[in-house]
Amino acid sequence: MTKHVLCAARELAVGEHRVFDVDGRSIGVYNVGGEFLAIRNRCPHQGGPLCEGVQVGALISEEPGTYIYDRPGEVVRCPWHAWEFDLRTGTSWFDPEHQRVKFYEVQVLTGEDVAGLMPPRPGMLPGPYRAEIVPVSVEDAYLVIDVGHIPKG
Amino acid sequence: MADAEPLIDCDVHNALADDGALGPYMPQAWRDRREALTYLPTEFRNVRENLGDRSYIGAEYPRPTPRASRVDAWPPDGGAPASDLDFTRAQLLDRWNVEYAVLNPLLGIGEMLNLELAAVMARAANDWLVDQWLDPEPRFRGSIVIPYEDAVWSAGEIDRVAADDRFVQALMLSRTIEPMGRRRYWPIYEACERNGIPLGIHNGGWGGHPMTPTGFPTFYLEDAAAMALAFQAQITSLICEGVLHRFPRLRIVLIEGGFAWLPSLMWRLDRAWEKLRVEVPHLDVPPSVLVRERFWFSTQPMEETEHPHQFGELIEDLDMSDRILFSTDYPHWDFDSPNAALPPRLDTGLRHKILHDNAAALYALPAVSPAND
Ligand code: FES
Repeated sequence: MTKHVLCAARELAVGEHRVFDVDGRSIGVYNVGGEFLAIRNRCPHQGGPLCEGVQVGALISEEPGTYIYDRPGEVVRCPWHAWEFDLRTGTSWFDPEHQRVKFYEVQVLTGEDVAGLMPPRPGMLPGPYRAEIVPVSVEDAYLVIDVGHIPKG
Repeated sequence: MADAEPLIDCDVHNALADDGALGPYMPQAWRDRREALTYLPTEFRNVRENLGDRSYIGAEYPRPTPRASRVDAWPPDGGAPASDLDFTRAQLLDRWNVEYAVLNPLLGIGEMLNLELAAVMARAANDWLVDQWLDPEPRFRGSIVIPYEDAVWSAGEIDRVAADDRFVQALMLSRTIEPMGRRRYWPIYEACERNGIPLGIHNGGWGGHPMTPTGFPTFYLEDAAAMALAFQAQITSLICEGVLHRFPRLRIVLIEGGFAWLPSLMWRLDRAWEKLRVEVPHLDVPPSVLVRERFWFSTQPMEETEHPHQFGELIEDLDMSDRILFSTDYPHWDFDSPNAALPPRLDTGLRHKILHDNAAALYALPAVSPAND
């Protein structure tokens, strides 16, 4: 059971994000220019609620005194100590090799696909909470997240 | 988090709900003047607020976050971080099973040049602390706000409020007009001793000096990396001027200055003392002995070493296991999380001392029986 229906795609407008509880994991899903990106809402540094941090761009500099504000909206800055993470890769800005946050794939599926995949067919759970079944209609598109085989933690 | 280990947080910064919050605690004559005396024109103040400022002169760079606070620490009622009792209770005390939290209000009062106004504001701040924080929440303890550049008046204020044993220390900031060992500050130390409370020295202040001895830096990063400089100068001054001999029961708590630099300062001072002792003949023991006997320090911002074993070496070099006090610095942006800041492989006994026992002993905090929770 690794796939979860989060919400209708239109419920998450461009520039918005929302935190979902997916099978006990707190995950932030971001709409960046129409693309949906998802990361774990837990900072690898001291465990701060990462997705409550501000969404910024990648501020880079080719030489002292120059500033390039690149890829707006694709970086999240932790609300506690301001570590920055790339929404596309989950890697931290200052140590992408060793400091990273889990990121997830978000698919946009048609209502028809989702309805077809709903239980009793296995492999798909309506979510975010079991009690809160997302009503599915064929006209809409839905965000579906695959949390894979990542251990809970 | 009821199952989390109970802890004592030695550095929390509660804030005024708004500019007028001290008004009711000030005499009417000053309340009237205070309106005319607002520090800055409103527009300018707004710019500073928006840039993320809780600054004093000499640190005019924007903070990384508004009010240098955790982004998630703004209460839903719209007030400043840690200005709302209920929200602070939930986000700090309940969340982390905090048995006691020491409130160190940073209100810019010690830095004021108008000592008359500073005195009125300090007295108001202490009354506000009792009324708005200590009375409604038994887990809070307070630091006495003093306009420390007027030591005689400050000593009187310490005498006035220290009778309430919820005030656990008097508070100075690390950058003062003169080094802290100098005579002008002695009445404060005498009052601390007389009232049996430690003196807390928190990072910050102004005193007319830049953060570094080379002048004003450009970036907040430089400021954040330079906090040890003032502390080192103050420890050295307090020892050399004989303050610890003049006030033999004075205990000093260094707050938010880091501590990895302390072993090397002790080494340096001891070696200098061996050679230059005749200049300070009252120093009858090596400076490191005085540091280990008379100083305590808080953990935040935790020294995050490259490799975990280096933290163990640091603890060994310090040889001050009874003197390390855990602190979060809530609600500020460099908050240390109780369950993540200390290295995971720290000895359990030492962890418990740092999180709880050392502060309970220093501040003589009454034991809390779990049944009363
Ligand atoms: S907890 Fe996220 S940067 Fe420290």
